[in-house]
Amino acid sequence: MLLCWLLFIPFIGGLACWATSRGRDNAGLARVIAFLSMAAVFVPAVVVWFTGDFSLSGDPSVAPAWQYEIAADWISRFGIEFHLALDGLSLVMVMLASVLGMLSVVASASTVKSRVGVFHANLLWTLGGVIGIFLAIDLFLYFFFWELMLIPMYFLIALWGHEENDRSTNTAAAVKFFIYTQTSGLAMLAAIIGLVFVHYDQTGVLTFDYNQLLTTDTSGAFGMVLMLGFFLAFAVKLPAVPFHGWLADTQANAPTSGAVDLSGILVKTAAYGLLRFALPLFPEASANFAPVAMTLGLISIYYGAVMAFAQNDIKRLISYSSISHMGFALVGLYAGTMLALQGVVLQVLASAVSTAALFILAGQLYERMGTRDMRALGGLFGRLGALPGFSLVFVVASLGMPATGNFLGEFLILFGAFATHPWFVVIAAGGMILAAVYALYMMHRVYWGTPDAGGTIANMRAREYTMMMALVLITLILGLFPNTVLHVTQAVTHDISSWFAAGVIAAAQAS
Amino acid sequence: MNDTWFQILGALPPLLVALSVIGLFVTLCIARHERLVYAMTVGGLNLALVATIALIPLGPVAVTPLYIVDFYTLFFWGVILVATLACAAFAVPYLSGFDDRREEFYILLATSALGAMSLVAARHFGSLFVGLEALSIPLYGMIAYTFRTRASLEAGFKYLILSGVASAFLLFGMALLYGATGSLAFTDLIPPGGYDADAGPWMLMGIGMMLVALTFKLSLVPFHVWTPDVYEGAPAPVATFLATVSKTAVFALLLRLFVSAPITDNAWLLTLVGVLAFASMLVGNLLALRQDNLKRLLGYSSIAHLGYLLTTLVAGASLSIEAVAVYLATYVGTSLGAFGVVSLVSSPFAGKDAAHIDHFRGLYYKRPVLAVSMAIMMLSLAGIPLTMGFIGKFYILSVTMASGLWWLTGGVIVGSGIALFYYLRVMAILFMDRPAHAREPQLSGTGDNWAQTVVWLLAAATILMGIYPAPLIDLAAVAGITLGS
Repeated sequence: MLLCWLLFIPFIGGLACWATSRGRDNAGLARVIAFLSMAAVFVPAVVVWFTGDFSLSGDPSVAPAWQYEIAADWISRFGIEFHLALDGLSLVMVMLASVLGMLSVVASASTVKSRVGVFHANLLWTLGGVIGIFLAIDLFLYFFFWELMLIPMYFLIALWGHEENDRSTNTAAAVKFFIYTQTSGLAMLAAIIGLVFVHYDQTGVLTFDYNQLLTTDTSGAFGMVLMLGFFLAFAVKLPAVPFHGWLADTQANAPTSGAVDLSGILVKTAAYGLLRFALPLFPEASANFAPVAMTLGLISIYYGAVMAFAQNDIKRLISYSSISHMGFALVGLYAGTMLALQGVVLQVLASAVSTAALFILAGQLYERMGTRDMRALGGLFGRLGALPGFSLVFVVASLGMPATGNFLGEFLILFGAFATHPWFVVIAAGGMILAAVYALYMMHRVYWGTPDAGGTIANMRAREYTMMMALVLITLILGLFPNTVLHVTQAVTHDISSWFAAGVIAAAQAS
Repeated sequence: MNDTWFQILGALPPLLVALSVIGLFVTLCIARHERLVYAMTVGGLNLALVATIALIPLGPVAVTPLYIVDFYTLFFWGVILVATLACAAFAVPYLSGFDDRREEFYILLATSALGAMSLVAARHFGSLFVGLEALSIPLYGMIAYTFRTRASLEAGFKYLILSGVASAFLLFGMALLYGATGSLAFTDLIPPGGYDADAGPWMLMGIGMMLVALTFKLSLVPFHVWTPDVYEGAPAPVATFLATVSKTAVFALLLRLFVSAPITDNAWLLTLVGVLAFASMLVGNLLALRQDNLKRLLGYSSIAHLGYLLTTLVAGASLSIEAVAVYLATYVGTSLGAFGVVSLVSSPFAGKDAAHIDHFRGLYYKRPVLAVSMAIMMLSLAGIPLTMGFIGKFYILSVTMASGLWWLTGGVIVGSGIALFYYLRVMAILFMDRPAHAREPQLSGTGDNWAQTVVWLLAAATILMGIYPAPLIDLAAVAGITLGS
């Protein structure tokens, strides 16, 4: 019941928003409905957070311990079920989605002026798809949501994209985004089907159920091919370096709140997918593949940082920095120790929050200054009210300053990976220096330097101020009280790390 | 009940269509009345549809050695009848601006549908040829029906000549096979040395020539060159018929031939079919990229879709027949919707470029229902979840994966990736701002509302089947079992 509520509220809210756009465009009502829908997801999730039992399960070899589970027949011919479940990891991700959803609604209030009802409908449907991804544990259903969220996202970018460009540029960016993710998604679909048939050959049961597929023996070359199918889809979404081509274009052209979604949530579905599916379903293939994946992670860290340094557009800089952040996540994921996986969860959350905050700030800056080109900006500190101050907070969060969640995420990843892959850690740590370089360089170019004139250009509105304060609070909570999150996800990461460890052993024996 | 009556009962749906064709001729001799003609056509088709559904509990009926009416036949009869009805609905508003005799169009349509039905039930070269010609000959007339526009006439001639060549190939192939086996029934096409023996070169040449003729009708690469021109030139409802009914019938026949004729179980032949499928997927999608005319675009996309379908023949998995049934049903439903919108929006008798993509710019703000339907159809053709096109694509991938055909799986994935470019382009244009000089979509009045309702119903079905495909899958599964056994 709770799961259906979490899943369907955004879709229903989206329909309601769409309904307001029929006839007279009632913008205010649509915004309120959208915000309340996200709040209706957030509140029950918080309740579960406090009341649920997330202690370590005794024996990881048994099926995962779900807090809530619901299943109904869907396409019985293929053993496909409408199967939702929630555990600590999904809960954390759903909360992230709902928080960023609320932020998107608030952040878009001043930038989205046309077709407001349809805009919010698309926004809520995207979020509904994302929440579906976090809750579905039938692989067919999972894929269903994975693709489903692309359609409204496509419309968000194509129709409400960055105002400076004409429509065709935005459409081109939207198409690029769609093609990258859809094509790699089809590779994943093929891998899912392949996995189901492998399971069918071994047991005679045709099913897409995650719990049952976990028992499939996926060692050998075929398992490797299937794992690559999954990895390709996730690496494109993450994005890891050779597959990153869509990200900067898409984010530069996305509407402010769409960009928040994209960086904050869409990208995190990939980390979630690796954690939930790629590692547990293919432990042995993943263990064999780990050096390659971690190398890609390292390349992403450095490439993202260097590219970020070279950008003139603030939004592009931020999107390259998120590539760099996700490189750390990739290193941690394939290190596979429990500590590293916990670090990945923290890193994903913290990076989502800080990146989203920077995007929102970039949007507000654009609204006030009419440009995002850093060459045209400078000396704004003290002239924009609290905006530069908030920028400073999230810039230092982004570069991994202690007391922020980003620091703890990176620290746990490196600490957890050191035992198994010391050299990777040594190299990855260097990336943190580059992060400081590009982040502070941006700060320097936009806000410091000699001002053109004295006087305040524009102060922050109360709405914007509240929003930023909330994000600062979340970042500090993640940085100072990480156990609030780690406690909830410990059972999941423990299971995954023990499966992965078994895979490492099996891979070592096989070679 | 004695055997003859039983056979007549089995053949009741096509007989009803045939009767309505004869009735139409008689009526036209007495009086010209467009409404009456339309009502008789639609009535006959609907009766046939009801009879098809009523026949489901009957079980397989062999109607003479020529035809077999099993569940597989009934399934495709259903698809063909529904598609023909939709074409008839689109034809009414389209032809309302045509200042010449309109009644004959419906006779041609019903006759062509009759040929398609015969083709689906055929299990003998005789009925195959009769069915194929009964399908094609009325089509020449239908394609050139608006003969005063040069494009239409040209398309009619192109189709006529190339179709004639294909028929010659078909007959030559049949003759070769008859010479080698002494029989015209599909199941008797056994290699001379027995079931497991290699087919000799003559038999392979015979089946290869038949394949050429049939792939021409399916417009697979390299026999696809006629497709865009004919689609563009033909009146939109006829293009709809070509893309749906004609393709469905020929593919259903091809599948029955491959399943029941032992000769087709030949590695060389299957590789050839695989290459055709692969080439069709890539070439069809690549050529569709640069089209500005929606009819041409849909023509090229149909080449690619038939390429996806053809992979099932190569796979030969137990799932294949079911996959074909599901994919064809979803493809037909989607194409009907897309072409339906085109034929409603493109005002037919005002210049050649009626289907140019510019006329669709900002359609959402003029005709929201049509635009949303079109967007749904584009997503379905692209195989995105929530639409039934995704279920079809899921089946195709399942079949190729289950048979370990990696290269064809790769082809399907790459082809679908390319296809996204042009489907999304069409979809985006529907929602763009409308240019000032755009031609307003015309509401002709006659039959327009009903045609729009049909489009709307198809869009609803697309979503519904995408969310809950179980009924369609169950039907297709039964069809697969009856043919496979």
